[in-house]
Amino acid sequence: MSQTANSVPKPSVGTGSIGAMTARSGASLNEARIAIRNLDFYYGTNKALKGIDLDLPARQVTGMIGPSGCGKSTLLRVLNRMYSLYPGQRAEGEVMMDGQNLIAPDIDMNELRSRIGMVFQKPTPFPMSVYDNIAFGVKLHEQLSKSAMEERVEWSLTRAALWGEVKDRLSGSAMGLSGGQQQRLCIARTIAVRPEVILLDEPTSALDPISTLKVEELIDELKRDFTIAIVTHNMQQAARCADQVAFFYLGEMIEVAPAAQLFTSPKQKRTQEYITGRFG
Amino acid sequence: MQQAATTLRPPASGTATRLRGGSGGDVVFEWMCRVAGVFVLILLGAIIIELFIGALPAFRQFGLAFVWTELWDPVADQYGALVPIYGTVVTAVLAIILAVPVAFGIAFFLTELAPDWLRRPVGTAVELLAAVPSIIYGMWGFFVIVPVMAQVVQPAVIDTLGELPLIGFLFAGPPFGTGILTAALILAIMIIPVVAATMRDVFSTVPPVFKESAYGLGATRWEVMWNIVLPYTSKSVVGGIMLGLGRALGETLAVTFVIGNANRVTTTLFGPGNTIASLVALEFGEAGAGSLKLSALLALGFILFVLSFIVLAISRLLLRPSAKGASA
Repeated sequence: MSQTANSVPKPSVGTGSIGAMTARSGASLNEARIAIRNLDFYYGTNKALKGIDLDLPARQVTGMIGPSGCGKSTLLRVLNRMYSLYPGQRAEGEVMMDGQNLIAPDIDMNELRSRIGMVFQKPTPFPMSVYDNIAFGVKLHEQLSKSAMEERVEWSLTRAALWGEVKDRLSGSAMGLSGGQQQRLCIARTIAVRPEVILLDEPTSALDPISTLKVEELIDELKRDFTIAIVTHNMQQAARCADQVAFFYLGEMIEVAPAAQLFTSPKQKRTQEYITGRFG
Repeated sequence: MQQAATTLRPPASGTATRLRGGSGGDVVFEWMCRVAGVFVLILLGAIIIELFIGALPAFRQFGLAFVWTELWDPVADQYGALVPIYGTVVTAVLAIILAVPVAFGIAFFLTELAPDWLRRPVGTAVELLAAVPSIIYGMWGFFVIVPVMAQVVQPAVIDTLGELPLIGFLFAGPPFGTGILTAALILAIMIIPVVAATMRDVFSTVPPVFKESAYGLGATRWEVMWNIVLPYTSKSVVGGIMLGLGRALGETLAVTFVIGNANRVTTTLFGPGNTIASLVALEFGEAGAGSLKLSALLALGFILFVLSFIVLAISRLLLRPSAKGASA
């Protein structure tokens, strides 16, 4: 692989094939739903993010790639304030959404997290029924009648392309679903709260190829309504799903560009080396 | 095993000798451990048998009715176990009711709320509390809690809760300070550290990603604790409570100090009572060798043994499957 990349100048075989897969020729990006400015993040004294500037365009998918430990997952955990659960972790800078700085200390984090949902690497169904898994998050924020709740559960499971598979086993334990179904259940659980932004932290890394495909199709479908940020180790996935891709390395954001552009003609040398597989 | 060691022997024979010497030590060690393990079984069996043999005359004399006879009259040589059984069960259950909410609060605080620098000192303090000898709790209870109960708590409760219909009888009677409720209070304080430490340990076994998933939906700390952590750990939590219950059942000295030591059943929680352990400790010295009284005391011991065993068995039963549930 690295030999091929060495002998063939840009665009290399690797980038060429990734570029060919992106059907996204329309490179126009919407206006920013979330604007990150000069963001620093610390685990204790260890600086994990250094001066990040990034816009998440509304109702589009931003892919975040980079080697392990580069800070891309950390960035997601800043956006929904998950880091605030842990003493010693802090962020400085601006994460602007609707004129509010999300990392300001006076933000209502429970309300924030209902607006910015998150799906994790491993499926995390709660130890309760499929129905209750969905209803759990909704009940935290809304008082719904029984029929409205049933409607909401069906709506979110349908949106997550899971309704057909689970509609006869809503009262069964969510632990009994397959890994792919569990992950789609987690996505359904997240959209049931009707957030504006969805953060996906390597959502398919624990799934088989068919389930991965389903989740990717789902992401494509969901971006009509939601602003999405997805962290992935799989560059093909970033190319397939994302409108905009950001490359992170050692806590810095090296480059951000529309997906087709980043994978075919990266401006930075490190980006090119990473996407051609020379490191990382 | 032995063969493998020989075939794999390295060229230098000195090393091989050391290897064989090592396995010889292994055999000795294995046998020492085996003897220690069997010793526990023998000891346990011997205690049960000895207790039962000692208790046999009393069981012969009074039959099973021994368990539900209230009368405890050393002068007439008539004995029944109802009062101490009642006292033991009521104080232990009351202690659990009082202790569990506090222990839950401590564990919740330590796992979810406390800042890092406070977790260790508070956690250590909880463990230290568990190590305080029960005689200390007894004296402290007698000299501090009993006067407070007599002068402040009991008069106030008698005038308020004691006036209520249906539950008023529980809080009737003169405010002595000592009694079943005070004993339960001391027991609660004694078992809080055990229960809190167990709860803290099982709460911290919940994978962070589960809690984060719930937080990610906008759940508050309480909602995460109540809807995710508790259902996830419920069996282990109940197991921990059972451990506390076991300790409360068998506690002797602290209870003797504050329970009032009266051999009758009272419905009011302020009334004096007795527990099995306390009664045995108090009257053992006055029971002559071979007397029916000694036998009755041994029978009480046997009943306590059975009670504790049941509690322990339940807690083991509940603690076991949770490990499987947690990893699933």
